[in-house]
Amino acid sequence: MSRIAARFEALKARGRKALIPYITAGDPEPGNTVPLMHEMVAAGADIIELGVPFSDPMADGPVIQQACERALKHRVSLRKVLEMVREFRRDNIETPVVLMGYLNPVEIMGYETLAEEAARAGVDGVLTVDLPPEESAELAGALKRHGVDPIFLLAPTSHEARIRSVSEVAAGFVYYVSLKGVTGAATLDVEAVAQKLALIRRQTDLPVGVGFGISDAEAAARVSRIADAVVVGSALVKRIAAHADDPATGRREVAQVLAGMRRAMDQANTTPA
Amino acid sequence: MSTVIKPEQTPDWRAFPDARGHFGPYGGRFVSETLMEPLLELQAAYQRDLQDPRFLAELDRDLAHYVGRPSPLYLAERLTRELGGAKVYLKREDLNHTGAHKVNNTIGQALLAKRMGKTRIIAETGAGQHGVATATVAARLGLECVVYMGAEDIQRQAPNVYRMRLLGARVVPVTSGSRTLKDALNEAMRDWVTHVDNTFYIIGTVAGPHPYPAMVRDFQAIIGREARQQYQAAEGRLPDALVACVGGGSNAIGLFHPFLADEGVTMYGVEAAGDGIDTGRHSAPLCAGRPGVLHGNRTYLMEDEDGQIIETHSVSAGLDYPGVGPEHAWLKDVGRVQYVPITDREAMDAFHRLTRTEGIIPALESSHAVAYGLKLAPTLDPEQGIIINLSGRGDKDINTVARLEGIEL
Repeated sequence: MSRIAARFEALKARGRKALIPYITAGDPEPGNTVPLMHEMVAAGADIIELGVPFSDPMADGPVIQQACERALKHRVSLRKVLEMVREFRRDNIETPVVLMGYLNPVEIMGYETLAEEAARAGVDGVLTVDLPPEESAELAGALKRHGVDPIFLLAPTSHEARIRSVSEVAAGFVYYVSLKGVTGAATLDVEAVAQKLALIRRQTDLPVGVGFGISDAEAAARVSRIADAVVVGSALVKRIAAHADDPATGRREVAQVLAGMRRAMDQANTTPA
Repeated sequence: MSTVIKPEQTPDWRAFPDARGHFGPYGGRFVSETLMEPLLELQAAYQRDLQDPRFLAELDRDLAHYVGRPSPLYLAERLTRELGGAKVYLKREDLNHTGAHKVNNTIGQALLAKRMGKTRIIAETGAGQHGVATATVAARLGLECVVYMGAEDIQRQAPNVYRMRLLGARVVPVTSGSRTLKDALNEAMRDWVTHVDNTFYIIGTVAGPHPYPAMVRDFQAIIGREARQQYQAAEGRLPDALVACVGGGSNAIGLFHPFLADEGVTMYGVEAAGDGIDTGRHSAPLCAGRPGVLHGNRTYLMEDEDGQIIETHSVSAGLDYPGVGPEHAWLKDVGRVQYVPITDREAMDAFHRLTRTEGIIPALESSHAVAYGLKLAPTLDPEQGIIINLSGRGDKDINTVARLEGIEL
């Protein structure tokens, strides 16, 4: 069983939902990332999504765009991100790590090389935002051969047939983009998300994570009642940006935000709605 | 990646792309899930309308009476005499309404938007020509229009920014990344994904996710269809060579596509070599880049060894783009079209030469094609002939040219 599947099973047994923080690797500088990963685990993160910086992050809003720019000033490449995961794994072998990014850096490295090196570094899943299932056979195949889960997005615009085709190729979990827009966008409509999740669950047995637009503990709690996992990104990256010249303070604030979300989510799932 | 096709396997050029938008290994649809369904809807609408005689009649009427087509194929006699080689013909896309070839495409896409019930139009623009062409058709159809433009380009192309505003468009400066065309495209994509229900994204070139490269090509192929007929009427034969500049490559594919099956016609796509290919300061992915994925399609890109897109340079804002249409990538690999570099300096010289010899001020983009034509014509015989695509007029560039020459306007 993959580390991601094991983590979801363990959470399910305890009636808990997964909290998945996203950070951009190398933001605001490369030395910040591994300590931040450990601090997020201590604050209650179940799975870590590590963003691979890209020069043209088309699906991201300004908060994550700027995080990419800060990281790229230090030339944080896909290979450097893999090194960070390797370093994280020296002290943590339980928490799944998912790389999230865009296809072009993966194209340059080569699908097979990426799959092999990701597996060796201790990466558990790879999500390439601009790779829909139609174009994914080769990369998804390479990842699966090396025991790495290809993670895919579903969106409000995904009809039933697309949900089915995504669930056929996806592994680990599926990531439902809660709104039409970019990361860090306005507020989400939990009622609409709930309806779509019901449709998704008819097509797949994989756990379903929900992200984009979850900015505080209350939203995390509400989403955790209907989803298997809550993904939070821009709300954390904003804290890192605010303390770019003092990363330790940024890490402390990220941990505080996560701990608040953790408490709210656990409470929401032990009390009746 | 290499897909060199041997002569005995000469493909049917009109059959491309395939159903998923692939030109050999290039093209495709590389977008986030949210945009997949809208792209499939667009493709269905486009294919339906392309078969609809009423749509085609409306398009033809607009192209004739609003754009002013057919555009002339002009024999540049004085230039031909000076060069002492092949006859030089200019396809006068600069004479279209709004001053460039861009309107051929925006007319088509705006009609499509209207038929799909979209009320809001967005576009990206580099030199501002596509932005102006989009703002123009949006004004005519009474559609809301937002144009994304790199902050850097807004400086370089101030007259076009004002034209767009006069036409009622909102011009949004893009300050992320390199603040040029590629960043404007990123921002337009972000807008589209956010307002996908009521918004139609008019992409200005033959790049982006399928069906854009095929759709924009089909709307621009009017250039080549006319030129083929006009040249035959004038010379009783086909031209020996075609020359067009390539940024994203829409004017070039528009001229080339109807000639692809004509084996005797050699084609040159001219990329912007900026300060020179060897300086690294250029915008020539086909001459000096390598394949990757950006803006929804696989194609040649300007990128570093980590797969990050690098900043490009060209004196011409319309060519200042790190990618290129996927069909060009494929035509390069199969050897059907030759892609050649022209520097800023060469383009500037050609700008002046055409202006002084023929009384035609070319856009700086088109000046790259003219510059290559100036090199090519003398190597051919007087019985031969070439067509240079004069994709746009140069009025928008006079501030840039004056500044580069130290003149205060």
